[in-house]
Amino acid sequence: MGNHSDGSPNHSGTVATAGQNEVEKFQDPGLPPHRLRLADTDPVAAKRAERQVAILFGTSVIGTLVFLVAYFAIDLGDDTTIATIRTQNLLLGLGTAFAMLGIGTGIVHWAKALMPDHEVSEERHAIRTEEDRQAAVRIVDDIVEETGIKRRPLIRNTLLGAVALAPLPALAIFGDLGPRPDKALAHTMWAPDGDKLKRLTRDPDGTPIKASDVTIGSAFHVIPEGLNELHEGKLNEKAKAVVLLMRLDPNSLNPSEGRENWSYNGIVAYSKICTHVGCPVALYEQQTHHLLCPCHQSTFDLTQECKVIFGPASRPLPQLPIAVDAEGYLVATSDFREPVGPSYWERDEHERLINS
Amino acid sequence: MGLLLTGGLYAVATTVNQAKADTTSYSASDVEEGGKLFAANCATCHGMGASGTNDGPSLVGVGAAAVDFQVGTGRMPMQMSGPQAQKKPAQFNEEQTKQLAAYVASLGAGPAIPEEKLLDGKGDAANGGELFRVNCAMCHNAAAAGGALTRGKFAPGLAGVTEAHIYEAMATGPQNMPVFNDSNITPEDKRDIITFLKTIEANGSPGGAELGSLGPVSEGLFVWVAGLGVIIAFTIWLTSRTS
Amino acid sequence: MSASSTAEAPFVPKTKVGSFTNFVDERVGGSGILREFGRKVFPDHWSFMFGEVALYSFVILLMSGTFLTFFFDPSMAETHYQGSYTPLYNVEMSVAYNSSLNISFDVRGGLFMRQVHHWAALLFVASLGVHMLRVFFTGAFRKPREMNWVVGGVLLILAMAAGFTGYSLPDDLLSGNGLRIIDGVIKSIPVIGTYISFFLFGGEFPGTAIIGRLYVLHILLVPALILLMIVIHLFMVVVHKHTQYPGPGRNDGNVVGYPLGPVYAAKAGGFFFIVFGVLALMAAAFTINPIWNYGPYDPSPVSAGTQPDWYIGFVDGALRLMPGVVNNFHFEWIILGHTLTLNVLLPALVPAGIIFTVLFTYPWIERWVTKDNREHHVLDRPRNAPTRTAIGVAGFTWYCVMWAAAGSDLIATHFHVSLNDVTYWLRTLFFIGPIIAFIVTKRIALALQRKDREIALHGRETGRIVRLPHGEFIEVHAPLDEYKRYKLVGFESPAPLPAQPNEHGVVTRKEKRRAALSKWFFEDRVAPATPAELEAAHAHGHHEAITSGEDQKSLSH
Repeated sequence: MGNHSDGSPNHSGTVATAGQNEVEKFQDPGLPPHRLRLADTDPVAAKRAERQVAILFGTSVIGTLVFLVAYFAIDLGDDTTIATIRTQNLLLGLGTAFAMLGIGTGIVHWAKALMPDHEVSEERHAIRTEEDRQAAVRIVDDIVEETGIKRRPLIRNTLLGAVALAPLPALAIFGDLGPRPDKALAHTMWAPDGDKLKRLTRDPDGTPIKASDVTIGSAFHVIPEGLNELHEGKLNEKAKAVVLLMRLDPNSLNPSEGRENWSYNGIVAYSKICTHVGCPVALYEQQTHHLLCPCHQSTFDLTQECKVIFGPASRPLPQLPIAVDAEGYLVATSDFREPVGPSYWERDEHERLINS
Repeated sequence: MGLLLTGGLYAVATTVNQAKADTTSYSASDVEEGGKLFAANCATCHGMGASGTNDGPSLVGVGAAAVDFQVGTGRMPMQMSGPQAQKKPAQFNEEQTKQLAAYVASLGAGPAIPEEKLLDGKGDAANGGELFRVNCAMCHNAAAAGGALTRGKFAPGLAGVTEAHIYEAMATGPQNMPVFNDSNITPEDKRDIITFLKTIEANGSPGGAELGSLGPVSEGLFVWVAGLGVIIAFTIWLTSRTS
Repeated sequence: MSASSTAEAPFVPKTKVGSFTNFVDERVGGSGILREFGRKVFPDHWSFMFGEVALYSFVILLMSGTFLTFFFDPSMAETHYQGSYTPLYNVEMSVAYNSSLNISFDVRGGLFMRQVHHWAALLFVASLGVHMLRVFFTGAFRKPREMNWVVGGVLLILAMAAGFTGYSLPDDLLSGNGLRIIDGVIKSIPVIGTYISFFLFGGEFPGTAIIGRLYVLHILLVPALILLMIVIHLFMVVVHKHTQYPGPGRNDGNVVGYPLGPVYAAKAGGFFFIVFGVLALMAAAFTINPIWNYGPYDPSPVSAGTQPDWYIGFVDGALRLMPGVVNNFHFEWIILGHTLTLNVLLPALVPAGIIFTVLFTYPWIERWVTKDNREHHVLDRPRNAPTRTAIGVAGFTWYCVMWAAAGSDLIATHFHVSLNDVTYWLRTLFFIGPIIAFIVTKRIALALQRKDREIALHGRETGRIVRLPHGEFIEVHAPLDEYKRYKLVGFESPAPLPAQPNEHGVVTRKEKRRAALSKWFFEDRVAPATPAELEAAHAHGHHEAITSGEDQKSLSH
């Protein structure tokens, strides 16, 4: 293909540093000559374009009418079907779409086909001229001089102090947006009420669960007794107290020291709040004994006390110690022995507090 | 005393899912034919007498419901090993499925095929919806469009699944699905859940095409590909020279 | 007002419209404005329109949003649903969720407005993103537009904030779990995390205050800030005038295009209606955010496939990719009795921090490396700035890896692969993806530059093969006219700038670093073809012209 240079730095004669054009380059040939459009030369084409624009505007009118008819002709009430709502939505939408697209495409087609399309060149003005800059500097100097602030440091310093402090009340006044965090994060509703232990109840209806109900392979979603009767703060308590209840073969559980009596005949209860950032860890894989959180895929192994085996969580799920009461219903023998849910700065302190 | 209590409770625990509505009656020939079908098609993995082998679990006590579900949806006989058995066209017809169910049911008591009145879809859809969201949506997605489990397993979408199969899946807990026995979700509640599922399936969405009911991911993909795509097409038209 | 000495007959309007216009003009001075702006020239290219798409989407958001504010109630008080959507009948829920259902099922046009609003929000951020990519790849952020680039970056963050606060308002299960995740991230912040969490939510999560507070942010504070930023942004565009692509007749001292009135205004104005129409079409036929499926927010249930809206996706993806435990090494530490949750803090803060820091400071970084402090009004074609383009694609690839990770479970079910494998692959791509993207993009840009050179010097390959009398086969090339050629050669290709001594004659370490970066930035370059080379190309291998009936087809190769 010849031995002309390929433009690489070692061969090329065209080396230009930023801002410096030392080597001869191609000159700007100026604006290319203007080409006429059909509508510019042929009056029939122009008339056709005009008609097309008019049809587009006409479509818009039809669209508007479709919208108005669909809106007023269809009423919504208790016996409306989903299909009716879907139809009305479609008609309102199509009406709006044609109404808008008709105007838009009409105007654009008008501009493209009929309005003059000569490219024009306009000079750019300097954003700032040297003359303006000098005049501005003079004005600023005059203004500053007239305030006298350079000669009066006392005024300047006290002004700065006042202005720096003045916005603080505007920030401080928002203080009551929230209370200071207390030990609330360390406790859940599972804590016994004096001597009375809280029963494990079904979510959402609150009926108590018998140990015999929980067969191998089951997964129960659990809330503490009394949650549904709360008048205030129900979701706040639920957000810490939700529990998953499952039954495994007792031989596969391997409880660690101190946790031997936290389960009942292979029935175990774990906090459902993920220790990553708080989503419900609700997926129970019956055969693999894994709990999966759907938000970021943290996976916990029930046979290793919900140790994390995959994903971004670091801490195992807290276990709820359970037993059975005189009537055979499952109860929590105590609150969780550590704070539930995502970790926070004071968490270790709270855990020590709970176990003290 | 404690031992008696625990032992007694344990015995009760395994009978909770007994066929409370055991109305399907199988004839002796059903059982016999089922046994032959079983020996020819299932025993390789599940063992003679369904007692289990290294390749397949024991089916004693899984009940007619499990067989009706697994065989009726085509999952069994399993075609290839993988993270889970896939739904595929059923290999056996209704008669044969019934016979297989009869045979397995005869091996040990287990969940029965649900009665028709639990499958009529006339329950309380609102209650069914609440139960579905608490117990099922985390795997199957709030709109029952399906979802991912670990290591290649998944919870399938529920559109087009028969009422009977939905009931049976809840009752038997196929593969990694938990078992929802009648004390966990009562038969009435199961009927409500099925009613809910069939209602939303029949309704469709009032807003138009559902984009798979998969949430913000498909919506985001759609706006980038279709939305921006159409807009870009318009901008190219708008700035192009007309002839 | 001048009562000048020269006798000017005062203007007497002759028509009704004229007298009205005159009335206003005498009091407002519109004539002056019209004189300045009426025929202002704007360049016309489709890639310049993304900013407009964003602006128009915002206007549509304001209009549809205003409608929604008449029907939405942000209260978190408990109520039971009595509306017409039977699968939720009598279900316990917040008033906010209840009112959102009302809008969808019991207000005519309510669902349509909700869908227009949400589709417009997605399009707003998407077009913002594409606009910023265009500005980056064409070098439009250079002097004098650095500050406008920063304002644009602020607009991107505000748009994301507007979207996040907006889709959390219906208090449904999906967005509520999103809020739960945000609270989890906030709680992980050392020292002040729990304070911020209690402050924002008015106590423990979820509390009864958050939706009302997000409402104030969403309908008042954030839109006001966005409007302010848009005004500043457009003001600067007017002052700086718009940039233009290189080409014949275009240079740093002019603007080539169409006058504002009528052509540009007609096209821009018409385009507003087109954007509105496209959004209306989407809202008519495609469901978005079906809150009735998710149910009211409750801390117990969760849906498979829980993701935020797409523009928050990259943060969610980063959260998913980070491992919590690697071979018994935990990323959560207890230091002096306090818990440091790096497995949450690192993915939530570091990637976003890096992306936005580099984004905001890039104009100054490039200025420092290239020492180019001139004004630029002519854009770079991306191939003519290979390193910058490669950096941009690498950054975008990194963003896209995290974005894809947010949909890891859907990728797994859709493509029948293991969820865990998807995560492992994306973790790998998180590190090597940008590097591969950089290398590939740079090579492609350089190759395109070489192709441009070939076309400029030898003309366009026509595909016609001709046999010459003495037996040789050649392909006919059609030489370019001077206008097309100027587009291919009218760019600068700076060489690396070696380290310069400062005013004391010392070469500082910072200057040495700059020189090294300049070398990395510029050393692989393809310079534009010169007239001398074109002469050489013509002289070499020139063959007799064959009359072909078509004009200006000489044979050279």
